[in-house]
This record gives sequence, C-alpha cells and structure tokens, in this order.
Amino acid sequence: MMMDGRDVVAMWEGLASRDAASRDAAMESLQQEMMRRVESIGPLPETPCSSSASHLNRVLARILMLSKRCPYGDVREKCIWLLRSIQDIGVRIPRPLGNGPSRFIPEKEILQVSKVDARTQSIFEEAFSLGHLDNISLVMGFHPQYLESFLRTQHYLLQMDGPLSLHYRHYIGIMAAARHQCSYLVNLHVNDFLQVGGDPKWLNGLEGAPQKLQALGELNKILAHRPWLLTKTHIESLLKAEENSWSLAELIHAVVLLTHYHSLASFTFGCGITPDIHTDGGHTFRPPSLSGYCVCDIANGNGVAEVSGEVEVLMERMKQLQECRDEEEASQEEMTTRFEREKTESMLVATAEDEECVPSRDVSRHFEDPSYGYQDFSRRGEHVPTFRVQDYSWEDHGFSLVNRLYPDVGQLLDEKFQIAYNLTYNTMATHQGVDTSMLRRAIWNYIHCMFGIRYDDYDYGEINELLDRSFKVYIKTMVCSPEKTTKRMYESFWRQFQHSEKVHVNLLLMEARMQAELLYALRAITRYMT
Amino acid sequence: MEKMACVSTVSSRTMFCHLDAPANAISVCRDATQVVVAGRNIFKIYAMEEDGFVERLNLRVGRKPSLNFSCADVMWHQMEENLLATAATNGAVVTWNLARPCRNKQEHLFTEHKRTVNKVCFHPTEVHMLLSGSQDGFMKCFDLRKKESVSTFSGQSESVRDVQFSMKDYFTFAASFENGNVQLWDIRRPDRYERMFTAHTGPVFCCDWHPEDRGWLATGGRDKMVKVWDMTTNRAKEIYCVQTIASVARVKWRPERRWHLATCSMMVDHNIYVWDVRRPFIPFATFEEHKDVTTGIVWSHQHDPYVLLSGSKDSTLYQHIFKDASRPVDRANPEGLCFGLFGDLAFAAKESLMTGEAGRKPYPAGDRRYPIFFFKKPDVTEQFAQVASALSVFESEADGSSRMDWFIKTARRYLLSGKPFAELCDHNAKVAKELNRPQVSTTWTMLRIMFSDPGNPALPANHNMSKLGNIPLMNSFNLKEMSSALNERNKENRQDNLHNLETNLNNDENEETEGSDGQAEYLFGDAELDDDDLYSMEHENQAEEAEFSLPQEAFPLRHEIVDHPSAPEPPAEKPESPQVSGSEAESFCLTPMESISLISVSQLLYQPQLPPSFFCPVVREMLDYYAEQGDVQMAVSVLIVLGDRIRKEIDELTQEHWYMSYIDLLQRFELWNVSNEVIKLSTCSAITCLNQASTTLHINCSNCKRPMSNKGWICDRCHQCASVCAVCHHVVKGLFVWCQGCSHGGHLEHVMEWLKSSNHCPAGCGHLCEYT
Repeated sequence: MMMDGRDVVAMWEGLASRDAASRDAAMESLQQEMMRRVESIGPLPETPCSSSASHLNRVLARILMLSKRCPYGDVREKCIWLLRSIQDIGVRIPRPLGNGPSRFIPEKEILQVSKVDARTQSIFEEAFSLGHLDNISLVMGFHPQYLESFLRTQHYLLQMDGPLSLHYRHYIGIMAAARHQCSYLVNLHVNDFLQVGGDPKWLNGLEGAPQKLQALGELNKILAHRPWLLTKTHIESLLKAEENSWSLAELIHAVVLLTHYHSLASFTFGCGITPDIHTDGGHTFRPPSLSGYCVCDIANGNGVAEVSGEVEVLMERMKQLQECRDEEEASQEEMTTRFEREKTESMLVATAEDEECVPSRDVSRHFEDPSYGYQDFSRRGEHVPTFRVQDYSWEDHGFSLVNRLYPDVGQLLDEKFQIAYNLTYNTMATHQGVDTSMLRRAIWNYIHCMFGIRYDDYDYGEINELLDRSFKVYIKTMVCSPEKTTKRMYESFWRQFQHSEKVHVNLLLMEARMQAELLYALRAITRYMT
Repeated sequence: MEKMACVSTVSSRTMFCHLDAPANAISVCRDATQVVVAGRNIFKIYAMEEDGFVERLNLRVGRKPSLNFSCADVMWHQMEENLLATAATNGAVVTWNLARPCRNKQEHLFTEHKRTVNKVCFHPTEVHMLLSGSQDGFMKCFDLRKKESVSTFSGQSESVRDVQFSMKDYFTFAASFENGNVQLWDIRRPDRYERMFTAHTGPVFCCDWHPEDRGWLATGGRDKMVKVWDMTTNRAKEIYCVQTIASVARVKWRPERRWHLATCSMMVDHNIYVWDVRRPFIPFATFEEHKDVTTGIVWSHQHDPYVLLSGSKDSTLYQHIFKDASRPVDRANPEGLCFGLFGDLAFAAKESLMTGEAGRKPYPAGDRRYPIFFFKKPDVTEQFAQVASALSVFESEADGSSRMDWFIKTARRYLLSGKPFAELCDHNAKVAKELNRPQVSTTWTMLRIMFSDPGNPALPANHNMSKLGNIPLMNSFNLKEMSSALNERNKENRQDNLHNLETNLNNDENEETEGSDGQAEYLFGDAELDDDDLYSMEHENQAEEAEFSLPQEAFPLRHEIVDHPSAPEPPAEKPESPQVSGSEAESFCLTPMESISLISVSQLLYQPQLPPSFFCPVVREMLDYYAEQGDVQMAVSVLIVLGDRIRKEIDELTQEHWYMSYIDLLQRFELWNVSNEVIKLSTCSAITCLNQASTTLHINCSNCKRPMSNKGWICDRCHQCASVCAVCHHVVKGLFVWCQGCSHGGHLEHVMEWLKSSNHCPAGCGHLCEYT
C-alpha cells in the first residue's frame, strides 16, 4: 500500500512526539515504508535521476538528519540502524557535509549541551515537534534562557495572529535575509513560503512579487545598511500608495520582521551556521575522500592558549575603570569627542578583505541594487545628526508604539532585549564570579555607536579600553556586512574564551543591532504620525 | 487672602509661546509668576504676564554648552524662590541659584549617578534637601549645604523613573521603577525600603502624592493606566483606576479638587486629560492644543485649580485655562447595548430618546420589554453632567431560536467517549432528535453509517453483512418518525427544496439519484457539491444512496427554510415536482423489500475503493459548516467522537480554535464538568494543558498547623497522620471533604452520612456544618 501524503506527514509528526509509544509506532511505519521503497527501486538504481530515486534520496537525507539531530535518543539510534540496513541492501546513503551546525564551533560541543542541560533538552523537544529545530537553535542552545524567548518571539512573528498573511511574512523574511546574502535563511524560508501556499513566481525576484512588497524593498535596503537615512517620507510613501498602501499595523509587523531577519543574518554568519542536514548543501551522497579533510578542521581547537593572559588583562582593565571612574572626571567636551572618535574610528576598522564576493545568483535575485551596502557615514563627510537615546528609547517610546499597533509583540521583544542584555553567568573564560556588566554594556553601546546612537550617560572611552582591535573588526564586520565574516575573524578575537561565550557575544550583537534598526524605523514612524 | 492675590495677578486666558527647542520638563515658582522650561537644548525662564509669556532669563550659557545642560527634569524650589534643580541626561544633578550675580547661575554640580538622572525633587518643607532618582537604580539625597550626597538609597531593582516627597509625611518619599514596582522609603533609613508593591506591568513612569489626602498616591505607567493607591492601610490598596489610551508620562493632582488629576502621555497621544477618578471612563476635561507629545504639565499654583501649564516636544509652552477646555462628556453618546447569555438584549439610552418612541409599535421579536430606570444620586462634588438613561431589556421568546436551552441540554447529554463509536453516534442522534434538532440528529446517524463499518476487505463477507444489517433498519425506523414530522410541513417548502435538488442534478437522473444528491446536499448544508463527487457516489454504490435518500427528504426542507426562506420559485419547476412527491419517496424506503435489497447490495457499498477516509473531506466540510453557523458544539463533539478518523483532516489551529470557543461557551454557562471533559478528551496540546495549570493544593497539617511538605499522609513535623476522618478516625486516602467553616472533615460518604442525622460537626467543635 502506498502511503499518501497525509500519512507521511503524520508519520514525521509522530517521530517528533513526546510520547515514546507513538514515536515507536511512527518509527515502525517509517521502517516498513523505507524497506518497501528501497526494494521497489532495487539495489543500485541505474537511473539515479528518476523521480522516485530523488524522492528516496530526500527521505534518506531526512532520516540522516533525524539520526543526528533528533532530541530523542531512541529515534536517533533507530535511524542510524535503519540507514545502515538500507546501506546493506546496496543503496547509497548520504552523509553529512561539514562538521556540525556551525563551521566555527566543534559539533561535539554544541550537541553536548542538550545532554547536560534538561532545560535545553525540553526546549529542543518543543522546537523539534514544531519542526523548527534548525542549526540556529542548536547553536543558541548554549543559552537556553535566551533561546526560549527567541523561539517564542519568532513563532509569534511567523505563525500567530498578526496583520500580515503567512506567505507575506515568509517573503519578507526572505527579502531581509537576501539583503545580507544569507542563503541559509533564504532557503529556510523559501521552503516555508511554498508550504503556506506562496506563489512560486514571487521567488524569481522582487519584480515577480506584488507591488506592495516591491515598495518595501527600499525600506529593506535602507534599514539593513544605513538606517539613519530613514525619514518620515519613506514611511509616507509606503502608507499612501493608493491601492498598494500598507496599513500602520502591517508596516510595524513588516519592520519587526525585517529587523529580526537582518540581525538573524548577522548571527548566522557570525556563528558560521551551516545548512541543515536535510536541506541542499547539508549532505552529500558522495563517499568521503581523504583529501576532503581540512587540516585545520582536525587540528583546530579553540583552547590552544598561545596568547596567555588576555583575559587577565581585560579583567584588570575592567577593575581599573571601576575604581578610577570616581576620581578622574572627563569634561563634557572630552566626552563628546570620545563618542565622535569612537564613531569615526568604528568606520575605519577595515571590514576584512575587500574582495567583492559576488552573491550567488540564487540569492541575489531577491533584492535589487546589490551594490548598496553599509556606508561609513563619517568618512564621506556627510554629517549625520547623532541619535540621542534619551530622546527616543525603546523602553519609553519604541515599546509603546509597537505594542499599540501590534499587540503582544512589544512585550515579547522587550523581554528578548532584556534577556539578551542582562544575560550573564558571571564568568569570563576560566574565571568565576566576574561582574561582566561593564563589558556587556561596552559591546552594546559600541554597536549602537556604529549606528550613530549615543547614550548621554556613557563614557565612550571605556570602549577603547575594553574592546581590542580584532574584536572590533569582528563586531563591525558582523553588524555591517555579515556576509564577509570569516572563520579567521571568529577565531582571532578573545582566543581564550569559550565557544558559549562567543555565542553569547553574538547574541548581544544581534539584539543590539535589531534594537538600533528598530529605533530608527520606529522614530520615523512616530514622526510620520505626529 | 493669598489665594485671591495669586489668581488676580495671573492673566486668565489660554496663551502660548514658541520655544526654540522641544521641552522635557517645566516647573513654576511658588507665586505662579514665572515658569522654567528645560529640555535637551533649552533652559529658560519665562514670566507669565497679562499678554503672554515673556522670556526672562536664559540659563544655558557658554559657547559650547555641556551635557550638564541637557535636562531630563527640572524643579523650582517651592520655598526658596531663587533655587532650581535639574536632572541631566548624563547623570549630573545640578542646582542653580538665580541670585548669583554673574551670568552663570550654576551653584552645585553632583556627578554621583552613573546613568541618566530621571527625576529631581525638593523637599516640600525642608529648604536644603534634594532627592534624585536615576537610571542606575539609585536614589540620592543631597543636603545643599554639603558638596556631596548625604545618603544613597538602592532600589535593588531597575531604573528609578520618579521620586516624590510626601506632602504630609515629613520623612516619607515614594519612588517608582522601570520594572513596575513602587517603593516607599523613610528618608532616615537608607538601608531598606519601608514598603514595596507592584503597581503596573512595565515601567511606572510617574507618581504623585495627593496634596491633601495623606496617603493617596497616584501612579501612571506604560500599561496605559493611572492608579490611585491608598497607602494608609497595611497593604497598598488600589482604590481607583483610570484606563487611558496611551502610556502615561506624567500625572498631577488638581489643586482644590479632591478627585481630579491631570495626565499626559508619553507617545502618540498629544492631549492633556483631566480625570475625575470616580468617573474613569471619560475624561472630565481635555486640552487639545499641542501638536506633539506633551512632556511636562504643572498646575500654576497650589491653590488655583483653573490654570494648567504645559510644555511639549512641539516646542511650545502653553497656559491652559479651564474654561477653554473641551468637555468630552458633552459630546458622548450615553448609549449601551449588550447581549445576554440566553439571548436577551439590553439596551440603554438617554431617557429623552427612549420616551420619544413610546408610541412605536412593539419590537417584533421580543414580546416583552422592561423599561428600567436608573437614577444615580447626583453628587454635587462631581461636576459631571448628569445623564439619566433608560434601560430596556428585550427577552427572547421562550422557545425562540435564540434561546440557548438546547445548547445546555445538548452539552449535558451528549456522550463523547466511553462507548463504542456506533453507540455514541446513536446516543447523540437520539439526544439531538429529542431536542428537536433533526438536522443534527441525522448528521450523527450519517456519521455512524459512514465510519462505523470497518471497511476492511480482510474481514469475512458475512461479518460485513451482519454488521450492515442494522443500518438500514435503524434508518427506516428513523425515517418513520421523521416523515411524520415531515408531513406537517407544507407542500410549498417541499417543492422549493426539490427544486433545489434538481438544479443540482442533470435532469435525466432517476429518483434514486435525486435522493443521493439531496443527501449530499443536506450533508454539506449548501448546494456546492462537485459534480464529480456526485457521479462517483452514484456509480459506485446505488444502495447507499437508497439508504440515505429518505432522511434527506426530511431535513433539507428544514435547512432550506432557514437558509433561503424567500427563494423565488421558477414556475417551470411545478410540473416536475409531483414526480418525486414526499409520500412516494417515503413509502419506497419503508417497505421491507427495500431493506432487503439494501442488504443484498451492501457488498458493493463497502468495496475497498470506498474506505471511511473517503468521507473525510465531506465530513470536514460539514464540520466547517457547523462551525461557521455558530454551532461549534457540533463541530467539537463530532471531532471528539470521530477522533483519529478525522483529526488529521483538520489543521491544528482550526481545531484549537473550535475547542477554545466551545470551552469558552461551556464555561459561560457554568457547565464546568462538560468543559473539563472536553478539555480532557481534546488532543490539541494547547487545550489539554488548560487543566494542567494550578492543580496543586497546598494543605496544612491538621495537628501542628504547619504546611505539609512531603507526599503521603504523615506530617513530617509532628509525625502524626494529618488527614484523619472526623467520623471514623482513620486516615482518608481518597476523596476528602471538609467544612469551609471549621475545616473539619473526612471520608466523603462518612460525612454525608453523619450530616444526615446531625447538624453539628462530627469533630465536636460545635460548628454547624452543612453539606450541600
């Protein structure tokens, strides 16, 4: 008996169930189905291109994914066993490409998390049953508290009540991710987009999409690269476009989605997220060749402490700053200069190699004007007025606006920002009981500084003390042109710190960037409204 | 005397002046002649004169003004008229002395706060005492005769948004926080707050002590609420709450008016509202002059309730006069309309409107209406316009369609689980029929027929047969009763119905196919059946159609009546209608002959090509239809009874939505048991978790009165059995019932027994217990 589509869906769902018995049952039917299919094709099919064979390969890839990523041990074991028995019949089975969810972090370390931490495990299980256990979540699993809030927010933005229809939401996600040439996120959402009934024609490029979405392209571009240029005329042109106009609530939803995916693209590149195993590029059917191993993959461990004392120096500096702050009081002019200097300097931090990597055709078709990138505003001589956070802050103004037009999302975002900002384990590398608030604040404010956002009550001299050059390069690249992040950059900052701490930094970067973009967008909307 | 003087000096008209930059805060001096405006780029003093504001002094001096001039807040000392304090965004607290001879009036600079200072506040009676609250979570008290703070108060939580000295209690001040808390402090005890409570969800932006009532504190928060707290009791008690439309940035009690306060908002809304806290639904007065958000409001004089000053982001400073305020209540329509649970309708409107239509003809649907008049005793202290309104209640007819009796009865009597599928369906069909809901009843029967057969080709044929045997019989039994009901319906309707049937059909079909078509139509509740579906049914099993043909006759009628009562009937139909007269159709299926023939062809009926899942799309459409019609009860009941047979057909969200709606309805009718059963039987995880919440009951040991910590029956503190039955003195290991009055109790049946014969508590405590 051929299983029809519905049964297959039910079977995959069964595998994600929390109930062991229904997992067993689903596994059973999966085995039968696979065996039947494999036999029907016969060993070593001569025509690998036939549709049934390619379908089989997709299923095999999925089983491979389950054998590696499923949070349930029983399913993992059985999938491994199933793959092996299929291989014994003589069918080629896939193997995962790359090493683990991240190119930067050893797979072992990531997967260990869920085995140790019960909370992470339960979050993974929940995400898995919703079909969202992607590599991003796996990497974020280092910080379960944050992950929970992140997944809740993302789920709300994409699935729950909101002014935009489901396929619009995914399409906007695609637009935003494509702006940073993040093929991982684009592929993820292309699938979702088609699944919720999106028109495949839209995927040929923005010109295939409705006028209304095309109009959003400009906002997307500005927000991603130069949010400070956003004015109320941009907003007005979106809201007053005859039959293609956006409503305020829709616009807020779109803005939140855009900023969410811009910053998520930063995270994806910053942590070197690899494609999910069951998607294209996540696995291969070719047998491993010996030359495939990169030496650095094997030899690489982050723990090699060539530069000892880096952490200690940083801690010493934090202590000094803490102590001397009361004594030496910089003049106001000095403070202003420090901010300007940091702002200017952040522009001069070279963003890695200058070679222009041409975006793959596949992704670039989702946006126009690929040459438009982050532009250092001070360098070109154009003076952009500084954005004073005391005059327009997320807590006082942004929140109220979002919550008014898109209820509950303000609350969710507020929680997420707070968790990201306040997250700490009071550790630094191997040291326990360290108050890291100063360091976290420096990172957060440095990112806002790059966007021209200034805190009156912050001494920007601290940034210079606490963030060294390689770290600044990393931050700058990740925030402004994440697609250029390289493994070398990831490794060259904070060499003694643990991977989980680097992921933590990435979370900070991501949230700070999102808030910065949101602040500019919301301020423009507020100005339009008044 | 002083009051009179003050009022006369101030010009009494609404006026404004342009500032050079947006204002963040304003403050007036004690005698209400001058106002100070502070903002990021402005720090000026204006005099209020007869013909407008006149700039008196610009305090922002120096070529490159430092951030110390960037003010988040300003306050003018109420006793020392030359003294001002500002809170700077860079964390500085600055005091200014206007009596200084040079241009720079800055007197002290305190840079003790690490973050932006949100608020400064002078002590109302103590000249040298200044309080500040900052983003860094600290409050500091300064003695202006010293160079640094005398005490620091740590809120142990997030940023401080506002600090206010109590008007009446010399040592007390209140602080409001970004995390929603409000703390009360004694100025002499910097180590710990006296009291803390959560006032709002999200930041509390402002607070204000009542100028006369000791212990009344008004707070405003990002959650758009203004709350008035009574602090004289042990726990801070919320006595009034006003819901505004935007987050509340400032709140100020109105002088001389006990229940009035003014608010302005942080975002979106630019108006200033004056509320009477006893009338929280509509503002007492509104000032609508500003074009951008209002950032500072202050009453010009502590004894003058008529003049309000305000500064705004739109760079204007206004003096508002009360007589120019708009009164929203004058424009409001005092009308209300509400549906009751049982279909009753209540309508309240201005008395004058209601009496005007007294001569109107009676309301067509409701037979009775009760005019009820409410008179609220006019309160002279409320300066609200008094409105008398008349309330009419339209009761729905005793057995009209809007009555919800059927809902309750159905909910109570339906069986959703615990029996074989077929029995459940039959039972529910019977229930529906008894409640005079034939359509629903037939639906249940249909479901039973569609799904109850195993449809498994592996089963022996005779087994198949015997099972099937029931169905036609059952059906014909139903038909008999239904047809009698049918006879009462008039011919016209029937024809109407038949006409509908026939338009679905190609005209050349025979009687039987007409039946099947009607059947399908009845099932979906509308006539949009695909032709393909029709044909497949027709060709694959004639017998089934025959079987279904009759119930259809009874029910589409009713359905049609409801849906298209006035569908025009083309005259061309007339000649055709006699072809299928009702009686003809009835008799044909009621004959035993037909039943036998049904059995004989039933082999055909359950061919493997037609597994129960074949009906799934049909059933799904039917459920959708019921849910659309508002009968979510049917949708959910069928969903539960069919269980796995249909569940995968319907997406999770829809299911969840149905469940939620049904459970909500059940709870409104207080059908707790049914609602819990539904929750238990549902398969949506979001629903089943509904009754997982707060399932823990904490108990104290009956001997030592300490909380029971571990499981089991022995208290681990006094090592005695805790829950002993007062009647039999054994440990209760099951249902424990106890008196809410004296808290004695025991085995359910023992206590019941006991209280049958005695009124007193079985424990002998003398309490008169009652078991109901």
